[in-house]
Amino acid sequence: MASGQQDVEQLVARKYQHGFVTDIESDTVPPGLDESVIRLISRKKGEPEFLLNWRLRAFEHWLTMAEPDWAHVRIAPIDYQSISYYSAPKKNTDGPKSLDEVDPKLLETYDKLGIPLHERARLAGVAVDAVFDSVSVATTFKKRLKDAGVIFCPFSEAVQEHPELLEQYLGTVVPTGDNFFAALNSAVFTDGSFVYVPKGVRCPMELSTYFRINAANTGQFERTLIIADEGSHVSYLEGCTAPMRDENQLHAAVVELIALDDAEIKYSTVQNWYPGDENGVGGIYNFVTKRGDCRGRNSKISWTQVETGSAITWKYPSCILRGDNSVGEFYSVALTNNYQQADTGTKMIHLGRNTRSTIVSKGISAGHGQNAYRGLVKILPTAEGARNHTQCDSLLMGSDCGAHTFPYMEIRNPSAVVEHEATTSKISEDQLFYCRQRGISEEDAVNMIVNGFCKEVFRELPMEFAVEAQNLLSVSLEGAVG
Amino acid sequence: MLSIKNLSARAGDHDILKELSLEVGPGEVHAIMGPNGSGKSTLAGVLAGRPDLEVTGGSVSYRGHDLLAMEPEERAREGVFLAFQYPVEIPGVNNVYLLKAALNALRKHRGESELDAFEFLALVKDKMKLMQMDDSFLNRGVNEGFSGGEKKRNEVLQMAVLEPTLAVLDETDSGLDIDALKVVANGVNSLRSAERSMVVVTHYQRLLDYIVPDFVHVLSGGRIVRTGGRELALELEERGYDWLRDGADAA
Repeated sequence: MASGQQDVEQLVARKYQHGFVTDIESDTVPPGLDESVIRLISRKKGEPEFLLNWRLRAFEHWLTMAEPDWAHVRIAPIDYQSISYYSAPKKNTDGPKSLDEVDPKLLETYDKLGIPLHERARLAGVAVDAVFDSVSVATTFKKRLKDAGVIFCPFSEAVQEHPELLEQYLGTVVPTGDNFFAALNSAVFTDGSFVYVPKGVRCPMELSTYFRINAANTGQFERTLIIADEGSHVSYLEGCTAPMRDENQLHAAVVELIALDDAEIKYSTVQNWYPGDENGVGGIYNFVTKRGDCRGRNSKISWTQVETGSAITWKYPSCILRGDNSVGEFYSVALTNNYQQADTGTKMIHLGRNTRSTIVSKGISAGHGQNAYRGLVKILPTAEGARNHTQCDSLLMGSDCGAHTFPYMEIRNPSAVVEHEATTSKISEDQLFYCRQRGISEEDAVNMIVNGFCKEVFRELPMEFAVEAQNLLSVSLEGAVG
Repeated sequence: MLSIKNLSARAGDHDILKELSLEVGPGEVHAIMGPNGSGKSTLAGVLAGRPDLEVTGGSVSYRGHDLLAMEPEERAREGVFLAFQYPVEIPGVNNVYLLKAALNALRKHRGESELDAFEFLALVKDKMKLMQMDDSFLNRGVNEGFSGGEKKRNEVLQMAVLEPTLAVLDETDSGLDIDALKVVANGVNSLRSAERSMVVVTHYQRLLDYIVPDFVHVLSGGRIVRTGGRELALELEERGYDWLRDGADAA
């Protein structure tokens, strides 16, 4: 009976599975940040004037800003001059025209990660854009999407092919000066994904971007922009991994979603950046600004995130419910183990009439992990008949971890109905013993109980990701049951 | 089948079982009765391997194995089943999912193929009829929001599906009205067989009107102070436990 603790320790010993480094020659600019670096990035990308100016304005703004310090996390100081702001795998031509021209080492990398880029591979039905360090290396299923009228391409390609859409929408949800990290991203972003779904089109397949940080001492600053035109529908998935390194690496992305009248965007994330080792050395700083604008009537934006990686996660995928009857949703599982820290949640800003929002947050803390939910529900005077329901549950495993909840509510319309429920629980010895008495191993029992805890979120994930998320959770869990 | 010799156990600082001995043969049903705090549930817990109970002496042999050396899940896979007095709720975990995982863990241990969802569902629906449970049970969370009676029925359903060799029922009758008691007893009785032994822990002899035991033991002060047949239970009902307390009149 005493060996329960040993089982747990063995589980803890399981390692991060995506920690390998791809040995590929890359074109990396020297560390440091000033105007010339921004001009260099813009030139390398062959950007139009408006975008360069946009970047420079963001940089100017950033210089006047201070790193925020209100999150419930401890961060070692970041030296922004020691980061390289651009790294790309070297290539002979101007860029791969098809998968045959992609460096086989890169294809191998994504195969190892379980993301086969060959379209004939088993991931059929999901179009993938793969971003390696600072650039997109391949986008699959382009033809089929094009036939449907859907634009899904690397951001840098959109700059060339669809500058008018960028000029119209870029930075309209997350302005350049929104916050410190968004300003930095706006100045130095290198690539990312761009999606435009035209009027009335239901995107024929799941879209997916897979982000990979490979090079050392680089930051990844990608930018995603998704526009769902009137009456359209799109489901988008993102996944992330990085090699194991002793230094912390910065990932400061910006995601903007725009849903026009009657449009719907479903955005799912399975974030598995390298979390650092069991002593808290290394790992990714994941400081991301994600925001969706329900600009049109009856529009809907739904965020689902499973956050298991990163040394520090700091993000609040939010919805601005501007259109009447628009709907915002946020479903989140955040797991912290060892010395990981997460400060995550959402903002639901109700502007339109009869707008509705749902927040379901599940925080799991194990080891010395610290997990904070931070959420804002803001009902403005114009939001007649607004509704919000927030459910915020924390599960603690062991006695050295922490769970924190910071709900903020600003209600400025008397017709609003806002509900908040919060629970904190521990995986009890009784639950474990009950399962074991039925013949189920302790490890399986922990996974079963945690998956049960997360069920409401997992069922929001597309099928392909739900399975991945469950597996990821069981690997990341390292069932620190005290 | 089960041979308990001089078993002593404690919970925290409290010595609860004191050199208890009990022999259970194949196919026998033994009732363990006794006042509150006499150690009935501790005995059930020790047999199942509850981690918060510490065995301080004695031995338990089960079908030739040293039961106390086995992990709780190993005991379960070897056919030891405990029907819990207070079945725990596991929110979000599907009742039928847990049961399927449990049955397949047992089958795997025995070298049998795992049942697929269809085979399993056919089996469990059959057993649910026996326990007069409706299909909604399948998809609810494990014991989540179940009434006391539903939880106990669910325990016996699990027992019927897992078909243990040694079943320990810990106050399965507590909190049941008479109709539910009959259903539960009927379920238990249908599982009686020459290869299956049962240890039925109960506070009241009422249960024994429906599950008729071969032996009745009175537990008091951590040891068995009297053993008899069915009639001992009736005598206890008439006279209470005081005349046997603390083994003053040990048989």
